[in-house]
Amino acid sequence: MSAVQTAPVIRVDDLSIRLQTGEPVVAGVSFEVLPGEIVGLVGESGSGKTTTALSLLGYTRPGVVIDGGTVEVGGESVIDRDGRALRGLRGKTVSYVPQDPGGALNPSMRIGGAIMDVLRAHRAGAGSDESIRSALERVELGSDPRFAHRYPHQLSGGQQQRVTIAMACVCDPPVAVLDEPTTGLDVLTQDRILAELRRLRDEDGMAMVYVTHDLAVVAQMADRIIVMYAGRIVENGPAAEVIERPRHPYTRALVEAIPDFRHPRALRGIGGVSVGVGDWPDGCAFAPRCQHQQLRCHEALPVLEETVPGHHVRCMRWMELDLHDRDLPVGRASRAAAAAPPLLAVSGLEARYRSNRSGHPAVAAVSFTVEPGRCVALVGESGSGKTTIGRCIAGLHVPAAGTIAFDGAAVAGHARQRPLEVRRRIQIVFQNPFESLNPRQRVRSSIVRPLRILRRLSRAEAEREVGELLERVQLPARLGDRFPVELSGGERQRVAIARALAAQPDLLICDEVTSALDVSVQAAVLELLQELQRELHLSMLFITHNLGVVACVADTVLVLDQGRLCETGAVGDVLASPSHDYTRRLLAAAPCLPDGAV
Amino acid sequence: MRARFRFLHSRSGAIGFGIVVFVLLVAILGPYFAPHDPRAPVGLPLSGPSGKAPLGTDFLGRDVLSRLLYGGRSVIGFAAAATVLAYAVGMSIGLAAGYSRSLIDPALMRTVDVMLAFPPLLFLLVLIAGAGTSIAVLVIGVAAIQAPGISRIVRTATLEVSTRGYVEAGIARGERAFAVIGREVLPNILAPVLVDAGLRFTYSILIIASVNFLGLGLQPPNSDWALMISENRTYIQLNPWAVLVPAAMIGLLTIGINLTGDAIARSLGRSYVPRTTRSVVG
Repeated sequence: MSAVQTAPVIRVDDLSIRLQTGEPVVAGVSFEVLPGEIVGLVGESGSGKTTTALSLLGYTRPGVVIDGGTVEVGGESVIDRDGRALRGLRGKTVSYVPQDPGGALNPSMRIGGAIMDVLRAHRAGAGSDESIRSALERVELGSDPRFAHRYPHQLSGGQQQRVTIAMACVCDPPVAVLDEPTTGLDVLTQDRILAELRRLRDEDGMAMVYVTHDLAVVAQMADRIIVMYAGRIVENGPAAEVIERPRHPYTRALVEAIPDFRHPRALRGIGGVSVGVGDWPDGCAFAPRCQHQQLRCHEALPVLEETVPGHHVRCMRWMELDLHDRDLPVGRASRAAAAAPPLLAVSGLEARYRSNRSGHPAVAAVSFTVEPGRCVALVGESGSGKTTIGRCIAGLHVPAAGTIAFDGAAVAGHARQRPLEVRRRIQIVFQNPFESLNPRQRVRSSIVRPLRILRRLSRAEAEREVGELLERVQLPARLGDRFPVELSGGERQRVAIARALAAQPDLLICDEVTSALDVSVQAAVLELLQELQRELHLSMLFITHNLGVVACVADTVLVLDQGRLCETGAVGDVLASPSHDYTRRLLAAAPCLPDGAV
Repeated sequence: MRARFRFLHSRSGAIGFGIVVFVLLVAILGPYFAPHDPRAPVGLPLSGPSGKAPLGTDFLGRDVLSRLLYGGRSVIGFAAAATVLAYAVGMSIGLAAGYSRSLIDPALMRTVDVMLAFPPLLFLLVLIAGAGTSIAVLVIGVAAIQAPGISRIVRTATLEVSTRGYVEAGIARGERAFAVIGREVLPNILAPVLVDAGLRFTYSILIIASVNFLGLGLQPPNSDWALMISENRTYIQLNPWAVLVPAAMIGLLTIGINLTGDAIARSLGRSYVPRTTRSVVG
């Protein structure tokens, strides 16, 4: 930003938001955003980042109320407006791009109609086909004139998100609030959307507030980064400053949790659990998880202090701590290739779905091996067939052709037709932690089941082992009596891992196990998986779209493009010098930290 | 209080449950308290309430209160039997179709579509005309009307649940389909099924009442709430109690069952709410 004084387009001062029941959600948040500035609002789930961002639209979710402070957007206060005054503001002065475009677009409305609605709300009489076309052109969807006549379900996830961006921009608002707009999109699509947003900012000078839990994304996008923890700003400064010289131990921990394929290193999760609403401690909210905590951290709330002009931090010890030069664990030692015969050998695998009548198989001619004790990563965009391969190996999808040999013997397609020993030795952990545990069963009985079925233990023996398994995945044994609803996403994924470990498997298939988790939780789960792999000599097939994760956990990588393997090799070789064009594109699109960060 | 009775914590659940218990008690215990023989005349036809007949007499001079106390068992019993039978058949079809992911699904569902194409009451009347008026025909007929709709709802719920990780984990363990459905699928589709069950049971009552009312179900001189309405409706001005009280009992039962069903579904739904509600403040 130039040194010329410009009036901020967003001014938030001492904003406090609480639940109707009284618990504070956001406390004393103040920040400003200049025209054309992109500000990243970063934090874990429950940090209050989305609540803060939504208040810029004068919106609070049901059960949440704005308690005090001021929020001004474009010079006008958005608090205490009635419905009519708010409608005039939203879309015209400040617009919103939601996290899940599939859920945000009305499925019964054509794209053109949806954009027209925004125009009609703010421009009397306006809203011609021409203005819809130009709105779509701005997000590079204008090439096909019939596009405006399509329904949301006819578009890809990336196109849907571009449509919501077009809707957010159509009235040229000076401010846009983006709520994790690329979460759930694969890297290539994410990269295109981010480029789109940067271009819109450069062309129209739109200020953006970008909410995310992923510092790597925000490092590429934002001019300034605001880190929130337990409803308060803990650090606020220029993006490069915050990433490269974080002053707050929490920010530092977030940076360390990001897997980066260019600088592979052992990941370090943040210990402990994120503070929930209603359990804020008296002193510094991060103190219980902080490596640098002292007694005084627990006694009084630190204030937000300016370290250098424009860089604020809320930590009592910022002056004495030198977070930057601390030793970081470097990349893990690569394991020597095993000479043993492969544990899993897949050859000529082809898989189809009945619903797909185009004749293109979901997976075609895929062959690879997994050696004992090694971790093989399967990488590709959504729809590349990587999950299907995992499901075939787990016996959940019957391949159309090809063989899967486990420990030297070919296995049947259906899990039920496989011998008990094979079913026990191959275990799978699923992507979505919120759907992978039976909500009607206590954690204990979810884990007892494989012990009884696959290891033929008696009920008493199985019950005894549950505690041990939970401790193995670093959960307290008493968690066994809880229901899945009572657990966080990270805890559920650990339970799902414990359920797989209960079978004492030799091969663990991890299907996007961390993609639904916060970055800090992801780091902790990956750390756990690596430890388990070392201790139990597990072989892993790690399915993911995140190249940073691949660099951190895998020995070998298989790159999958439209159901076919396009490149395979040792992780270091493939990531450093990709030979296939598709791999190069994936690498170029993957968000990563600037070089100075670690 | 045990989790399964959690629905009683909500006011509408407690009220609904109270109503159901009251109507069921009247139906089950009523005969022991009836002052008169429900089939024997006790006075002049269609006389108003008196000390001898607190709700008056019907068109043949029989005691309305005694007939009311006797008349609940049949309509409730038949409706319950028909609904249970309908669920046994409908849920089996729905679970099999939703879980199979093979040609079993379209085969079962197209059959169900054909069944749904018949107008329910007409179907029942044709069945009675063909097979004669008997209680078994009535119960089977009502069940046959209900089962297709139930199977559709169960199938949809099953389809959604069976792609979840815990179901697939069961399949990958190589468990039998019965075990996976019973343990992993069924408990997780109960909430939508139960909301529907309240409606289905009341619909069964109404169909049976309609058929009785038309004179094709239970035959006089049996006492039955629906039959009472049918017999006395022409004389509603002379002794309204003979029509209104049995009608009110059917109405009360309908309301009570629906309140209870909704409350149970809500209390089940609670353990459904994922922890993402936490991210109200995400």
